[in-house]
Amino acid sequence: MEISTTKQFDLHRRMVRIRLFEEAAGRLAEANRLPGFLHLYVGEEAVASGVCGALNDDDHITSTHRGHGHLVAKGGDFNRMMAELMGKATGYCKGKGGSMHISDTSLGMLGANGIVGAGSPIAVGAAFANRYRGRGQVAVAFFGDGSTNIGAFHEAANMACALHLPIVFACENNEYGEFTPRHKTMAITDIVDRAAGYGMPGVIVDGMDVIAVHEAAVEAVERARQGGGPSLIEAKTYRYYNHHGIQNLGLKYRPDEEVATWKQRDPIFTFEDRMIENGVATREKVDEIWAELRQDIETAIQFADDSPYPTPDQIMVDVYTKSSTTIGTKS
Amino acid sequence: MSDERKLSYGQAFNEAVSQMMEADPDVFCAGEDIGAFGGVFGTFLGLQAKFGEHRVVDTPISEQAIVGLGVGASVTGLRPIVDLMFMDFICVALDQIVNQAAKLKYMFGGEASLPMTITTAGGGGLSAAAQHSQSLEALLCHMPGLKVVMPSNPYDMKGLMISCIKDNNPTVMIKHKRLLGMSAVVPTEAYEIPLGKGNILRPGTDVTIVAYARMANEALIAAAELAKEGIECEIIDPRTLQPLDTDLIVDSAQRTNRVVVVHEAVRFGGLGGEIASQIQELAFDYLDAPVTRIGAPFSPVPFSPALEQHYIPDAKTILAGVREIMQRNVIRG
Repeated sequence: MEISTTKQFDLHRRMVRIRLFEEAAGRLAEANRLPGFLHLYVGEEAVASGVCGALNDDDHITSTHRGHGHLVAKGGDFNRMMAELMGKATGYCKGKGGSMHISDTSLGMLGANGIVGAGSPIAVGAAFANRYRGRGQVAVAFFGDGSTNIGAFHEAANMACALHLPIVFACENNEYGEFTPRHKTMAITDIVDRAAGYGMPGVIVDGMDVIAVHEAAVEAVERARQGGGPSLIEAKTYRYYNHHGIQNLGLKYRPDEEVATWKQRDPIFTFEDRMIENGVATREKVDEIWAELRQDIETAIQFADDSPYPTPDQIMVDVYTKSSTTIGTKS
Repeated sequence: MSDERKLSYGQAFNEAVSQMMEADPDVFCAGEDIGAFGGVFGTFLGLQAKFGEHRVVDTPISEQAIVGLGVGASVTGLRPIVDLMFMDFICVALDQIVNQAAKLKYMFGGEASLPMTITTAGGGGLSAAAQHSQSLEALLCHMPGLKVVMPSNPYDMKGLMISCIKDNNPTVMIKHKRLLGMSAVVPTEAYEIPLGKGNILRPGTDVTIVAYARMANEALIAAAELAKEGIECEIIDPRTLQPLDTDLIVDSAQRTNRVVVVHEAVRFGGLGGEIASQIQELAFDYLDAPVTRIGAPFSPVPFSPALEQHYIPDAKTILAGVREIMQRNVIRG
């Protein structure tokens, strides 16, 4: 598959945006400036970027507790994201969702989710609606290796296949379910083995290689869009930081050497080397992109800092939608 | 005359769904066995033949995914009706109901709405035992973001179901299994009964009985009997339990000065406690006696008819409760 220069820069930009956002969030958390839990996506950037790079603006995604990367990759706004992480009124969720519920329905991003596995059934619903309306949209469910052990995933995968829905199941296999290695929680090595049980094709890709992820995603998304039904992509990847928070080394449940090994295959730096080697980019161009996006992050932090907190009168706002449809009765 | 046309409670549900599906192409149904089979209680009969498999969808036995289907489809713009065959099965789908459907709008800062209706069948009286007979409405009423509806008759069923479908929030319509065959005059046109508005089923002056679903009908039987003894019961059917028509209940309590709250659910932690509490907070000075709560004992629903008939409150239990509260007197200072 030929990936155009424009698309390569597009994928690169998505990854750098994620990295910069997450590193900035990590620094803010370290300085105790972010309330609540923080699950950083650093290390897994190629997955969200490669997949979302294959989607249209009106396609839908569901996400996980590690959801910032998915929103950034779908085009999320730094200012509103950073403000939400700080619990400000200008944030994506007006300070009511935070890191674990960050969302932008106008971008088709149907929410990070604090419940492992819960996004997949929702993606099935979005896929159902997309086929129902017949506008050719698809849905992607992002989920981790750990969530394939929960019932919601099984129900969602089976239902999607039974109803032959336009959906892609995108698994980020980062080898750990929270603080426990995969081999202790399942007897298989590859998540893709589960796909056959539902009657959908599955493919393993190197989740540290954005081009590999993107190529697989383009194929899966196209299959779904053309009525070919669900499929599963397993991207083998790694999170550099702890399940939550900002610690990366010295963790009891994984060796530091393992982290170092994965970092040698960093999805952004290896891709930049390839772009330069192939004459697609120059070091200067790459540096320019980082500098430009760093500025966006600084602006976002400033925006969030300057933003007001929500006032207590907002607690009871948006629990319910006030309206109902006018279709169907004369009321 | 069409005005005199009668429908059963189950048919009234079916007609509400059918008319809304005709009116709004965004409305669809999904659930177990609701297609050609028409649902285990027949409440979806004929809908797939009329609207096609595209809009009346047979699903796997997967309650989480069924509710998830509703969440995902509603948040992306459709108006799903998702059916959970028995109310007991909400427990299988609680994450999608409680953590997703109820909260998405709020967690997203208001930037979403979920116009979905979860339909299910609750209540006992069929010897269906402990996993197919429960009344779990209190669980749902405790969840900000949900609306909960339990009609007591065919007329209310149609109007409330239409309101549920039209509402832009996740609503739960709980059909009572023992009322499915109840027949009454139901208008042919589509009409709404506003969610959150209760109904005075029977006006009275001596004591207020708050009762919903099948218990409202048992209260009517009890009230007819009590009238012979010269006790005039006012029966309030809240119809919607979340939001609850507290004003109507409190107003009645202030007029009759005595209240009996009845539900089929287990008494401890049931909605009766909340209703009694609201009355105590808002009408304490009007009460001539403590609010009486009638509900099921604190045990699972038993199987044998010999046990179940004593487990579920009925007109006799209500009669006894009312007679007792009429004996109580507070000396006003």
